Amino acid sequence: MGQTIKLRNMSLKDKLVSSFLAFDDHLEDESPIHDIRSKAIKNFEENGFPTKKEEDWKYTSLKPILKDNYSIFPKGENTVELKDVKQYFLHDIDTFKVVFIDGVYSSFLSETTHDSMDICLISSALKKDKYSASIETYYNKIAGEDSLTSLNTAFAKEGAYINIPKNKEVEKPIEIINFVTGKEEALMAQPRNLIIVGENAHVQIIERHQSLTDNAVLTNSVTEIFVEKRAFIDYYKIQNNNSTASLIDSTFISQEQDSNCCLHTFSLGGKLTRNNLKFSQNGEHCDSTLKGITILKDKQHVDHNTLVEHIAPNCESHQDYKGLYSDKSTGVFNGKVIVEKEAQKTNAFQQNNNILIDDKATVNAKPQLEIFADDVKCSHGCTIGQFDEEALFYLRSRGIAKKEAQALLMYAFANTVLESVKIPSLKRRINRIIAEKIGVSIGFNV
Amino acid sequence: MLHVKDLHASVNEKDILKGINLDVKAGEVHAIMGPNGSGKSTLAAVIAGKDTFEVSKGELTLNNEDISELDPEERAHKGVFMSFQYPVEIPGVSVTNFIKTAINETRKAKGLKDMPASEMLKFIKEKADLLEIDRKFLSRSLNEGFSGGEKKRNEIFQMAMLEPKLAILDETDSGLDIDALKIVANGVNKLRSKDNAVVVITHYQRLLDYIVPDFVHVLMNGKIVKSGTKELAYELEEKGYDWIKEEINA
Repeated sequence: MGQTIKLRNMSLKDKLVSSFLAFDDHLEDESPIHDIRSKAIKNFEENGFPTKKEEDWKYTSLKPILKDNYSIFPKGENTVELKDVKQYFLHDIDTFKVVFIDGVYSSFLSETTHDSMDICLISSALKKDKYSASIETYYNKIAGEDSLTSLNTAFAKEGAYINIPKNKEVEKPIEIINFVTGKEEALMAQPRNLIIVGENAHVQIIERHQSLTDNAVLTNSVTEIFVEKRAFIDYYKIQNNNSTASLIDSTFISQEQDSNCCLHTFSLGGKLTRNNLKFSQNGEHCDSTLKGITILKDKQHVDHNTLVEHIAPNCESHQDYKGLYSDKSTGVFNGKVIVEKEAQKTNAFQQNNNILIDDKATVNAKPQLEIFADDVKCSHGCTIGQFDEEALFYLRSRGIAKKEAQALLMYAFANTVLESVKIPSLKRRINRIIAEKIGVSIGFNV
Repeated sequence: MLHVKDLHASVNEKDILKGINLDVKAGEVHAIMGPNGSGKSTLAAVIAGKDTFEVSKGELTLNNEDISELDPEERAHKGVFMSFQYPVEIPGVSVTNFIKTAINETRKAKGLKDMPASEMLKFIKEKADLLEIDRKFLSRSLNEGFSGGEKKRNEIFQMAMLEPKLAILDETDSGLDIDALKIVANGVNKLRSKDNAVVVITHYQRLLDYIVPDFVHVLMNGKIVKSGTKELAYELEEKGYDWIKEEINA
């Protein structure tokens, strides 16, 4: 009892640090990642949560979301009814599913496999001998050492483990879904995913964090993705959480020669969302695509922090982020491209366009190019504006009311991002969500 | 049908229309000609309701109803249509979906239910045939990557679908080769009736060979300075606008 009272008055940082010892004791002693965890918690203890004083966090304050009294260890064993959560799956097509409820694996909602590939749990991968070589090679090898990633590394014990062997073409998409039931007053979740796409393998993955409660939820998620030679990964993040849920989502991608990684981020809800997206291109002829649609309202906040490191020659990267901000919502786009000296013939393009629907919405955009090679094509473009008056007049002159006309324009605006979604069922889904967000029911062209 | 009296309009406090008088009756075709910057496109936009222009003075009525304070969509619902000189590209919204939306929005404003899908398809096919538009074209994103001619043909297709009372064609002939011009003009002619009216804004007399006007007006420096019949268009083609300037100054 005394312990509980003490914890209640602590800052979240202190609470996390003091909880770590108990957490670490519970884990099996021989856990190969014991040292990794210990080092990580030290790193977090030294640095704490980032503040606005740090350049990368200038426009995003974590203060408002750190004051809640989060449970760090969910009580677990919570269940949900399929009918209540069916809407969050791509239920009209067949998919593999790795589903967690309050951080605990739900075998009932999942469909995993070990047949010619591994689509399963990181907890088993960390425990079982047959995965030890893979864990040794990949686990925590590209995740950053920033304090939030370290915090995840210290506490992470569950998430998806996906290992697609050489030449395997995964026949259906994989959904990774984290539900939070909110039976606790406030909950912190720290999922950790490890994805390895072997040489010439192909896979499509959809990741979603979904709160089912009005209680505060803070998710600090970390995903490491290894894309081997000639491999292809198509990754979609759906961030459409309710207004009491916040997400810090850090994704680290390492690409080898001739690989292709296309990642879409749909930020359509949530209280505060921070996306850290880091691509490293380690071999020649890599292709990286980063696209995003952000549609926010009320006081929602999204911060896209992207980094693409061109290390090898003859590679490409394309970034295209579109944002629509209404009410008092705020957005940040901080996109950095580094072209190393060796990375000649790099093509790196970055585009960030925003429409402010209301006067009180704001966007801070900060594109950064650091180029050390001399034979490259790099560009960035950034716009923040209102609706195109001429376009609006054109639609209205055809009898379409202002609100619907604006909706059509918003749709047209976001379309360059939407058209590269390769899973039709997902595309329809996103379309519906967008139409709903915009608040109209117009026969869109899907 | 359309009654414009002493209409003044400005943008950023710059006067562009300086007292326009124009009366268009049902069944008539009027052509408005004039040099660049004379205010032709502004007149079209002001009638259609573009709010970047400030109307400071004058009357603007459609069938004896004041439309000067109405939103563009409300004017459209009452039967005003403007064919744009530079139609806007809307990626991701097909020609078909766009026109369906426009028609059903107009029906909604009139308290009607959506047009049944089968009826809509039949109607679209009929009007597309009239303008020699093929099916593939209809599923393309509105105006995106369209050639100049395709854009204009698409404008007239929308006019055919919306069946306006008053159609204002702003420089519909620009960017058209002679074959496309004939198809567009032929479409407009087939849509003419004793119940509707057309105002054609053009630089050149060429279009007027195909859409024959009952009246021709010359707009200069924000005012209609001369009106006549179709012969006036030939005279302008031959002699330019300078002689009118001299006539005014004289």
